[in-house]
Order: sequence, then structure tokens, then C-alpha cells
Amino acid sequence: MMNFTEIQEQARQEWDSLQSGSVPVIAVGTATCGRSAGALGVVQAFEEEMSEKGVEAHIVEVGCIGPCYAEPLVNITKPGRATVAYKNVTKKMVTEIVDNYLKGDDPLPHYTLGSFGEGTVENIPRILDTPSFKPQERRVFRNCGVIDPTNINHYIANEGYNGLSKALTMTQSEVVEEMKKSGLRGRGGGGFPAGRKWEAGLNAEGDQKYVVCNADEGDPGAFMDRAVIEGDPHSVLEGMIIAGYAIGADTGYIYVRAEYPLAIRRLERAIEQAHEKGFLGNNILGTDFSFDINIFPGAGAFVCGESTALTLSIEGKRGMPRVAPRPRTTEQGLYDKPTLLNNVKTFSSAPMIITRGAEWFASIGTEKSTGTAIFALTGKVNNCGLIEVPMGITLREIIYDIGGGVADGGRFKAVQTGGPSGGCLPESLLDTPIDYDSLDEAGSIMGSGGMVVMDEKTCMVDVARYFLDFTEIESCGQCVPCRLGTKQLLDILKDICAGKGKKGDIDLLIELSQSVHGGSVCGLGQTAANPVLTTIRYFRDEFEAHINDKCCPAKVCKPLISFRILEDKCAGCTLCAKSCPVNAISGEKKEVHVIDQGLCVQCGVCMEKCPKKFSAVECLSPKLPVAPKETTEVVA
Amino acid sequence: MSKVTLTIDGLQIPAKEGMTVLEAAQASGLYIPNLCNHPDLKPAGLCRVCVVKMDDWKIAISCKLPVKDGMVISTEDPEVQQIRKSTVELLVANHPMTCLTCEADGDCELQRVAHYVGITQENLNRYRRSVRSIPIDRSNPFFDFDHNKCILCGICVRTCDELQNINAIDYAQRGVDSIISTLANKPIAESRCESCGECVIRCPVAALAPKGAQEPMREVKSICSYCGVGCGVMLGVRGQKVVSVEGDRDNPVNKGSLCVKGRFGYRFINHPERLKTPLIKKNGTLEEASWDEALDLIAEKFSNSKGDKFAALASARITNEDNYLIQKFTRAVMGTNNIDHCARL
Amino acid sequence: MAGLATSLGSGAMTNSIAEISGASTIFAIGTNTTQAHPVLALQAKKAAREGANLIVANPKEIDLCRHATIHLQHRPGTDVALVMGMIKVIVDAGLADMEFINSRCENFDAFVDSLAEFDLASVEKITGVPGELISKAAKIFASEGPSSILYCMGITQHCHGTDNVWSLSNLALVTGNLGKASAGVNPLRGQNNVQGSCDMGALPDVYPGYQKVAKAESKKKFEAAWGVSLSDQEGLTHSEIFDDIHDGKITALYLIGENPYLSEANANHAIESMNRLDFLVVQDIFLTETAELADVVLPAASFAEKNGTFSNTERRIQRIRKAVDAPGEAKPDWQIVAAIASRMGAQGFDFEDEAQIMNEIASLTPSYGGISYERLEGGGIQWPCPTQDHPGTPTLHVEKFGTPSGKAQFMPLSFRDSAELPDDEYPFLLTTDRSLFHYHTGSMTRRVAGLEQLDSEEFLKINPKDAASLGLEDNEVVQIASRRGQTQAKTKVTKICPPGLVSMTFHFAESPTNVLTSPALDPVAKIPETKVCAVKLEKV
Repeated sequence: MMNFTEIQEQARQEWDSLQSGSVPVIAVGTATCGRSAGALGVVQAFEEEMSEKGVEAHIVEVGCIGPCYAEPLVNITKPGRATVAYKNVTKKMVTEIVDNYLKGDDPLPHYTLGSFGEGTVENIPRILDTPSFKPQERRVFRNCGVIDPTNINHYIANEGYNGLSKALTMTQSEVVEEMKKSGLRGRGGGGFPAGRKWEAGLNAEGDQKYVVCNADEGDPGAFMDRAVIEGDPHSVLEGMIIAGYAIGADTGYIYVRAEYPLAIRRLERAIEQAHEKGFLGNNILGTDFSFDINIFPGAGAFVCGESTALTLSIEGKRGMPRVAPRPRTTEQGLYDKPTLLNNVKTFSSAPMIITRGAEWFASIGTEKSTGTAIFALTGKVNNCGLIEVPMGITLREIIYDIGGGVADGGRFKAVQTGGPSGGCLPESLLDTPIDYDSLDEAGSIMGSGGMVVMDEKTCMVDVARYFLDFTEIESCGQCVPCRLGTKQLLDILKDICAGKGKKGDIDLLIELSQSVHGGSVCGLGQTAANPVLTTIRYFRDEFEAHINDKCCPAKVCKPLISFRILEDKCAGCTLCAKSCPVNAISGEKKEVHVIDQGLCVQCGVCMEKCPKKFSAVECLSPKLPVAPKETTEVVA
Repeated sequence: MSKVTLTIDGLQIPAKEGMTVLEAAQASGLYIPNLCNHPDLKPAGLCRVCVVKMDDWKIAISCKLPVKDGMVISTEDPEVQQIRKSTVELLVANHPMTCLTCEADGDCELQRVAHYVGITQENLNRYRRSVRSIPIDRSNPFFDFDHNKCILCGICVRTCDELQNINAIDYAQRGVDSIISTLANKPIAESRCESCGECVIRCPVAALAPKGAQEPMREVKSICSYCGVGCGVMLGVRGQKVVSVEGDRDNPVNKGSLCVKGRFGYRFINHPERLKTPLIKKNGTLEEASWDEALDLIAEKFSNSKGDKFAALASARITNEDNYLIQKFTRAVMGTNNIDHCARL
Repeated sequence: MAGLATSLGSGAMTNSIAEISGASTIFAIGTNTTQAHPVLALQAKKAAREGANLIVANPKEIDLCRHATIHLQHRPGTDVALVMGMIKVIVDAGLADMEFINSRCENFDAFVDSLAEFDLASVEKITGVPGELISKAAKIFASEGPSSILYCMGITQHCHGTDNVWSLSNLALVTGNLGKASAGVNPLRGQNNVQGSCDMGALPDVYPGYQKVAKAESKKKFEAAWGVSLSDQEGLTHSEIFDDIHDGKITALYLIGENPYLSEANANHAIESMNRLDFLVVQDIFLTETAELADVVLPAASFAEKNGTFSNTERRIQRIRKAVDAPGEAKPDWQIVAAIASRMGAQGFDFEDEAQIMNEIASLTPSYGGISYERLEGGGIQWPCPTQDHPGTPTLHVEKFGTPSGKAQFMPLSFRDSAELPDDEYPFLLTTDRSLFHYHTGSMTRRVAGLEQLDSEEFLKINPKDAASLGLEDNEVVQIASRRGQTQAKTKVTKICPPGLVSMTFHFAESPTNVLTSPALDPVAKIPETKVCAVKLEKV
């Protein structure tokens, strides 16, 4: 078997010949996100066009490049030129790109997002200079969208397995020390210092220890772990192997959602390749250290992201968090053995910390939260997608610079971070820096990195209801405060949204939220009420409007809104009447139309259909009174 | 085990290392409300009703909290009261209000904690009420399983697991749909359940309740009459009828455990087909007779069959005293050792 | 009974139920414990859960196997080969407890000679169990003690049942697993007071307390106590009694609380015999199938209607207490017997109550010498309890064995086949077992509606392969015939039975299993071989 230098040499040759060869390289992002936007069709189109037209180029399928709003994304590097990134590529565009840029020399600037890498391309701005990319720092995503994730040599050529090779020359405590010095905090959301956890794993007594990677990404709207696994699976494996060495474990498990079939395939492939190269298996890189990794597909229960539920699930039991007081997972985890459990991004960060050193890692971020943070930026924002930013950046920078501001010219209302366990922060807190402690203070959490931007058309009561609906379903059901408390919170919120809110409900919600927080067994329950508490804390007036005035200021809660046709604006075009699904609109052609409030179901189609030039339909809250039905009943 | 002293609500109480705070409290006769705890089972810590405050800062679950010397526990801290009350209120808001006709009425742990935390008519309706309407599983002949009354304390699951090692039931579904279920949610009679009833007697409400149970007016300590294990039983009696059987927790053999036959197989005692008078065969049919008539006939016939023309088969079903007299009769009166019983079958 | 009495000096369970959960290894052979002794099985399951080795030896994959470390699925009737094979492994591996053997046992050398035929290859061939597994089980049993042996009718109901029992006492002796806590040889008694009725001398060869009728000194003792002269001729055993009735030698039978119509092996023979009697008295709580044959039926009180004592499988004498009045004119059995005796002019039956009878028992039975109702108020006492101040004996043979020499006897054994094995005409081996929900012939349990609902008819358990070869599906009626009789039952196709083996209970009068079973007797214990006979099956 080759030694590591030989392995590296071979890998670099392959990578260099691809990068600095004489033919263009076409990199297509074909992770799950790209695929859902049609990336595989784009790959096929390139292949067909090129063979038809006799154009020579390497097509490389890479992982997620980041900007979801621009999928499918294609990066084309012609020899000696900067890479041009094409956005929202369609099959028709492929023909044009092949004809104009591959055969010719016109990069078709209107199709591009920008350029990057060495050299320039005329008329195409440098992406990294744009406000959207400038604040970003791709570290965990270092290889995502760059390398072919199914090719281990691509990874090796880009510093891959360098960290492992180096770690194996260090003592276990030196590795742990380096992790501690880096200040890396667990990227699963809790933010517990990773080095200290590794240290506990190392110090735990036991001849059998385990390393477990938590890839049970369950927050609605969060998909960065999937992106890392699909785009750079070896970085996760390498981190786990280093961890195994550091704590003295010989077996690792990756608990990954079964709903991530591509990620699982990528991991399987990567494990196979790592075995072939001697990074996994017995006597890794010729040392006494042996380690292997198993994949365990989870069945999609949100609570299985909780460490003790996760390990029970691997054991084949029902995934329910263990009840405190209980030993730490590092003392008694999987099969009651010492277990080091970290998130995908935590493991993925380890190789670069070992390779480049703790100081390098800690050189960005804040004092207590070093390194970068990854967010899935979604909601009412112009540029949605996965972003990686240094810790300490403000919410405002993320939303307005990277995100390009609120979509459709809307007005910002709130940003929700941390998924169902997080909270909603208002405009006044937009200058809050992103780090574990500042977010916590503001009433939210870093969590797994979901970030949902909301505009003034979002009802905050409805948002709280939405998240409680999620946690109520995902509660494991074992403890009373979480099982019944989330349901009760949800029932009250549903009532408020339906106009059935009662005086005192707000105080009841607060009191119950506190009890659910204090009484629940695990983190899911303890944080379940966060969306309720923060929305009440920052948007109490909206709750009051719902309860006292039966008014939904955002005009979202259907039972509280009415639609009305303005007499002075209606031209009698009949479009609204024709599209009303319940025939609630009457009116002759060229006459003013009227909505029967008794029949209307508040679907809003009439408002949508009414031509802009008339804008004759308006939405009102509180509701218009419904005229009582005329009765002919005679009292006998 | 070394002795420790802890303080609960200002009272110094003794405990042994390894005990939980709840155990220590109970051992000293203090009541900390709880629902999912059972002395025969490992603590689960799920109902959260036994919540306490430790050393003035930490909320803890007393059934899981190990005692430590010098520990200070409060059961009446405002935060504790709030969590406890909300939790009980939530359970009540999801529980049927059919107490008067309920099997567990008067012996219901939920009633007890509700009373303790002070559920009043006023706060009864604070929360949105929502009671499940799952059809009652009546498939088992000896007990019913009413999921609507179930508070998911898991005592039945742990009994079936920890004590019986049968594992016929477990948690299934998630969130508010969580339910105690058999494999594939089949009716309990079609599951692996062995009908021992150990879960039924431990159910703190009446989610698991014996069918047609009658409260006995008195109990008689005795021994089960089925297999050779000899479990201690308490026969529950009303008038001249055995209406229930419970395991005798003081008996060293079974310590209260019983199997399906021992617990539920007692209805043969008052069965209408029991023999009530001697019967004598006349013209090929058995006819009722008086004891005098029967004894005279037997005395006459046996007197003519003494020695090895006679044999007696005693029984492994009857008492030592019965057997002793039968063998004495056979040997001393009938003059033969032709005496045996069904030990070999 | 007779087996252990010879080798150890007492036929009873050597240790206590509560000790089972303390064993490091439990060897359960010929016992379907979770079905027949459910509450005792809790102890075994608890031990297994807490890490003890549970070795189950059973031809069927019984429920207990779920908790087992090792399942030795040997062919029915090959227990001697299996256990002697295990012993040979232990002796060959140097795991025998020589100190125990030398100080407490006799006849070891002759015994070792008899091990020669039980090499693993031969044993594997006879039993069908892989030699490796036998060896593993043997080593665990020998090296991870205390090891406790549990057995039941699967061991005794064979024509070589005594050999089976001896093989087990040999196993316990060779590993020194006797006379200490959580070890021992533990026969599980099937009925509530089997132990007691044996203790009370309801046996043809012994007076109460196993005092031999053939021994002059016991004869003298009881003649003096009872004021009569007694026979020193051993009486007939259960099966022999039916043979003598059949032959016309016995003309009157007093039958109490038993239902041979269903329970007796080769039941047709028993029924025929009873029909030949001049006079049959049956005393029971229900009009059983057997009672219908009687000339006189006497109504007895049930356990809930009388006072008395039961002695359980661990020799614990416990009080039962009257809870309700007996129905109608029914009376406790002892009162009926006393009434018959008095009517026949006999002396010595005028007891006022049960406590008085116990006093007489205690005065004549050394192991019950310290028993009185007064003492039993505080809870049961395990015999031997020779004196008023003796606390009782949870573990037997701690100091010495009950044999004449005080030492345990190794019993050299050789393997013998069952009396009737499958052949071309009767190709299946039928074995019998019990249901959790019924008791014996069902005279009590089948009158409990709920139990009847849970288990209401006989099923012939049969392996899927065999069922397929006969074209049988689940729940189909099948005719089962042996050389002695035939019956019908529905099929239950299950992998619990290995191919070639079928199994039935004997609780159901509608499908009387014992018309099929073999009357071949064990020469010592006189127990019929109800666990092995050959049958043929036919779809109806």
C-alpha cells in the first residue's frame, strides 16, 4: 500500500491535470438542491450538445455551490481564465453557452452570476466583490461545489486527509488540545465546546468507545448538513477518524436521515474509497490505529437528533431522550459505552483545525464563538441559499447584504433563527451579532442554522402556531409537559388565530411556556415554547389585536379577514367572479361586483385575479359583519 | 450503604446512599406527588409531577435524583409549584371527567395529585379540554384497555418489561398521538400478552381495569391452588362469593406476582356446576342422595373389599391433612398400601 | 422422585425459588417454565436479564428460549446422552470439582467409566445438537457458577425418566453445585400439592416423611401410633393399580380429585379398567368425565372453602384458609374420609379440626416435626423442620446428603431409546405440553369463561415443512392416530416444533390426547412415557 505522500502525489496529479489541462472544465452543482432545480438535465444537455458539436470539455458533478436562488448553477473554467458562474441554467441556455462560450469566446454576461478564481473575464464582475459574497468565508464549505465528491483524489488534492495524517503523528492529548485551543463549539446547535467534549471522550474509562456523527438534520428549512455530506463527504469521515484516534474509539456511526438518499450514497462511496486508500480499516496509514464507520439511516423522527435518543435509535430501540440526571454521552452513550457525538459540521471542521492549526481557525469569529457559522437563509429574502459567514457578523449584514434585502420590496418584520427551538427577533435587534451567546441573550438560539426572514405580510401568531404544530407532532410523547404542553400551546394559538382567543390567553401562554420549559425531559421540550415566548415578547400587540379586536394585522388568519370589492374601482370585468371557487361573487358585466360574505372562504383568489390597473379588491381585518340570512319563519 | 441526611421543606430526614429523594421522602412518610413512580420498578421520571427544587437553584425530578448528604430540597418553591400545577392541569384537561363511574374512583393517583395541587372548578377550565376518543380495547376477557384514560406513565410498559420480561406493550406513535400499544397495535388479546394482569394492578388510573371487578368486603390470606409454585394470594370475598384474587406481597414465593390462572382463574369456585350433594348411581344414572345413604353404601362396599382388592388414589390437588387421612384410612382401615396419586402426570 | 432420593437422599427441590434469580447459570431442561410455572419463570427471566447464562434444553423452541443464552434443541428422549455428553466435556476439560467429588460423593470412578460412550460425536448424532454448542453449554455450566438445574415433566415422563434425573444429579455433583445457595437440582412440581401428598405418604411404598413401609421400624412406629396392624407389603403404583383393576384383582377404587379419563397415558386402558370395577367412589368438586363412571360421587370442598396446608415445590408448607362456605352439602376431603372411616367403625379419625391433624402429622413425620398451625401463621416454613425451634431449610444437603452413607451417589448411565419411536407407519413423534391458560384436565380452568376464551380448543403444533408435506394449512382439522387410539385437533403451523415433532396439550376432553400416549413405564419411578410416542396424521 502507498504511503500518504505517494497517495497525495497521485491525487494532486489527477487534480492538476483537470485544473490546468487544455480543455475547459464544466462544474455542475448536482447535489439534491441542484437536482431538484434540474441540474441533471443540464449535465445531460451539456453532454449531448458537446458530442453533437464536437466540443471537448470535462464535466464534473460537484456539490452544492450555495446560492439556491441561482440553481441550477454551472461553473465553467476555460484554460487560463477565471471561472464563470452561470445561474438558473436551462437546456436552451446550454446550447447558447456551448455555441458562444465553449466554441466561441462570448461568455454571455447576462446569464452569469459573476466570475471567480485566477484571471478575469471581460464584462463579468468578480463574484467575491459583490455584497452578497464578500462577507462570506467558505471554510466548512471549502470543497463544496469545487470538487467531485465521488472522487477521493479530488479531496486529497485539496488538503484532504492531511489532518488525519498529521493527527496520527500527534499524541491523543495533543489532538484534543488543538481542538480545545481552536475554540470550536459544537455546530449542532448547543454550542458546547467541542474540544472539551473530545477531552471527556478521551478521559472516559472503557475499552470500547464510539464516535457518532449526528446527521439527523431535522429542522424545517435547514439543509446544510446534507450539503456538506453530499458535496464533501470525506471531510466528515476524516473528522470522525481523527476523533476516533483522539479518544481511542475503533467504531464510528453516522446517523443520517433516510430521507437523504443521495447523502447516504455519497457516504457509502466515500467509506469504500477511504478503505481502499487505507484511511479506514485496520492499521490506518500504517499505524496501530484502526477505525471503521457504519451508516445508520434514521427513520425521520426530529427528536432523534437529541443525542441520547439518537444512540438509543442506533441500538434499535425507540428514540426517546434519556431522563436526567443521567451520565453524559461521553461517559455512557451508545450501548452504554463512552461515545463522542458531534454534528456533521463539527467533524468537518476538525481536519482543517489539525492541518492549519487552532490559531488559524480562531483567527475569525468572536472571542467566544470562533470560526464560521452556516445558515440556511430562506423566507422573504431576495437571495436565499446556504451561506457561511464568520461568527460575529450582524443579522442586518446577512439579510441586507448577503440576502439582498427583503423580497418583493417588502418591509422587514422579523427573522427567525434556530428552527423550532429558536425565536423570532424584530427589526430592533437586527444589529445583534451572530454568535451563540448574543442570540441566546436575545431570546433565540443559533440552533442548527435555519434563518427565516419574514416581512409585514407574516402574522407572528401564525408563525408561533406553525412552529408549535411542528414540535407537537415531533414530541416523543414520553413526558407530560412536552406531550400535552405543546398541544395545549398549539390549541390556544389555533384558537387565537381563529378569533377564539380569550382574555388571559397571553398570560396563560407565558405561564405554560415557562412550565414546559422547566418541566420537560429534553431539549426539544425545553425549547419548544421559544417561538411562543419570543413572538409574545416582541410582537405582543399582534396577539392582543387577535384576541381583543379579532384583528390579524398581517391579514393572514382567515377567520379574521374579509375581502371586499371597492365600488369606485370595480370595472365589472368579471374575472373575480369567474375565478371564485365558491361562487360567492355576483355582478353583471361592467357592473360593480359584490362578495357574499356568508359564502366567502377567504381564499384571496379574487384579489389575485383582479387586474392591477383596477386593484378593486381589498382585504380587511377585523372581519366584515355577515348579513344575517333573511328568514321567513313565522312564530306560531 | 452509608447514611446521609437531607432536608426536605425544612425537615431533616435520614436516608441511605443510593436512594432517590422521592424514596427517602416516602421512607420518612412524606408525600411528594407523583404518577409514574412505582416501588417495584425503576424510576422513569416521565410524569414530571414529582418535581422539586434542589439546593435553591436547580429544578430536578425527585424520583430520579440521588440523595446527597446535606442536600436541601424544596417541594413548595414557586417555580416547582407552577411546573407541577401546569403538568397536572394538562393531564386533567386531557382526561375524561367520568370519575363517578370510573373503576379507579377513590383509588386514582390522578385524583390524588389533582387534589394535592389544588385543581378547582375555577382552574379546571383554564386550559382547552381535549379528550381522546379511541375505542376501548375489550378483547381481553379479564381486563379492558381504555386509552382515553391513559396518562402514559409507562408503568404498564415497565411492568411488562422489567418484571415480566414479556414486552407485550410499548410506546408507539409520537406527540399527542403517543399511545401504549401492542406490536402493530393489534387488540391486546391477539398480542404476546399473557394476561397476567400485573400491569392492570399497577395502573394508577383505570386505563387498564379489570372487567366486572367487585370490591371485596373482606380478604382472606391463602395459597393459589394451581401449580406447585405455591403463590400467596388474598382471596377477596363478598358474602359467600370469591370476587377477586390479588397477589400476597408478603409471601416470599411470589412477592405479590401472579399468573393469569392465579389472578383470574378463580371463577370455578362459585361455578353453578359444583357438586353439592352426594350422587349414587341407580339404574345407570347418578342420582342425588343424602350423606347417610352414601356413607352407608360406601362403608358396606369398602368393608367387603379390604386388603389388596382395594386401592385409593389420593390427589396432589388437596391438602396435606386430606392426604394424610386418606393414606391413614387406606393403610389403617383398608389394610393395604395400594395408595398413590397423580404426582407422575 | 425416586431418582433423586437414590442419588441425593431426597426427591425434592434442593434449593428455593427465591435463590434462582441469584444463579450465574441456569440450566432449564424439560421444563416449559413460562407456561407451566409462570411466576417461578419470572426468577429465571430476571436472572437472565441481569446477566446470568440461561441454557435451555428443549426439543421445542419454547418461549423461554427468547431469554436464553444457549438453546440446546435435542431430540425428545435423548436427555441422558445430552447431559452425559456435557459431563464428559466437563470432566475431560478438567472442570470437575474434584474437592467436592472427593469429599461429598461416592462411586465417581465407576461413573467416569460410563462416560466413555458419550463422546461429542456420538452425542451429536443421538441428540441432533451440534457438539460445539453442547461443549459451550457444558463449560459455562461448570465454570460460571453457582449453576442451578431446573427440570420438570419433560425429564420424568419417559421410560428412562429416572436415568434422566440421575444424569442431572450427576451434572450437579460433578460441578459441585449442591448444598449451596442458587445451585442445586430442582424438580418443578406440576400441581399445587404434589410435594405435600408425597410428603404425606400418599405413595405405595412409604409412610409420611418417606418412611419405608417395608422397614420393620417404620411399621412398628405407625402401628403403635395408629393402634392397628399394618402391611409391610409395598402397594401398587398409579399405573399398576389400573392394570390390576383391568385384571380383576382390584375391585374397589376410591378416587379423589383426579381425572384419569383424560390424564392417564393410554387413557382408553384406564377407562376400560374403571368400567370393570365393582365399586368406584369418586370424590371431586365437579362431575368430571371420570366421576360419571362412578357408583358414588362425593362432593368435596374446594381450596377456598377449607383450612389446611399445601407444600409447594420448594418444600414450603403454607396455610390455606377458608374464605367461603362450600356449596350445598360439599365437605372438605378429610371430613369425608373421616366420616367413611367412622362409619366403618374405625378409631383415630375423630379430629376436631385441621390443626389437630397437623399435630398428628408432626408427631409422626420427622421432617414436619416442628410444624404447627401456630407457627405457620407467621408465614410458610420449608422442611426439613424437625423441631419447634427449627427455622426450616431453604437449601438441602449443605452439610451432608440424605443417603444412608451421607454421601451423594454418582449414577453410571447408558443411553436407551424411547420405547416407541417414529417409523414408516407412524412417522411423527408426538410430545405433550401444557398451556399457560389451562390446568391439567381443565376441570377448573375450562369452567373459567375468560380462560376458555383465551384458549378454547386443542391444537396440534406442527412444523411448516411437515404441514406442507401433508398439505395442511393453519387451523385445519387433522386426525391423529397412534397404535393405541385416535383423536382430532386443529393444526397450528409453527416453527416452535422442529420437523418430525408434533405437540399437543391434554387439557381438552374434545381432543383427548392421552388416548394416543404410550403407557411404557419407567422401571423405577413407574411414570408413563407421555413425552414420546409415534403418531400418524391425516387431514380430515
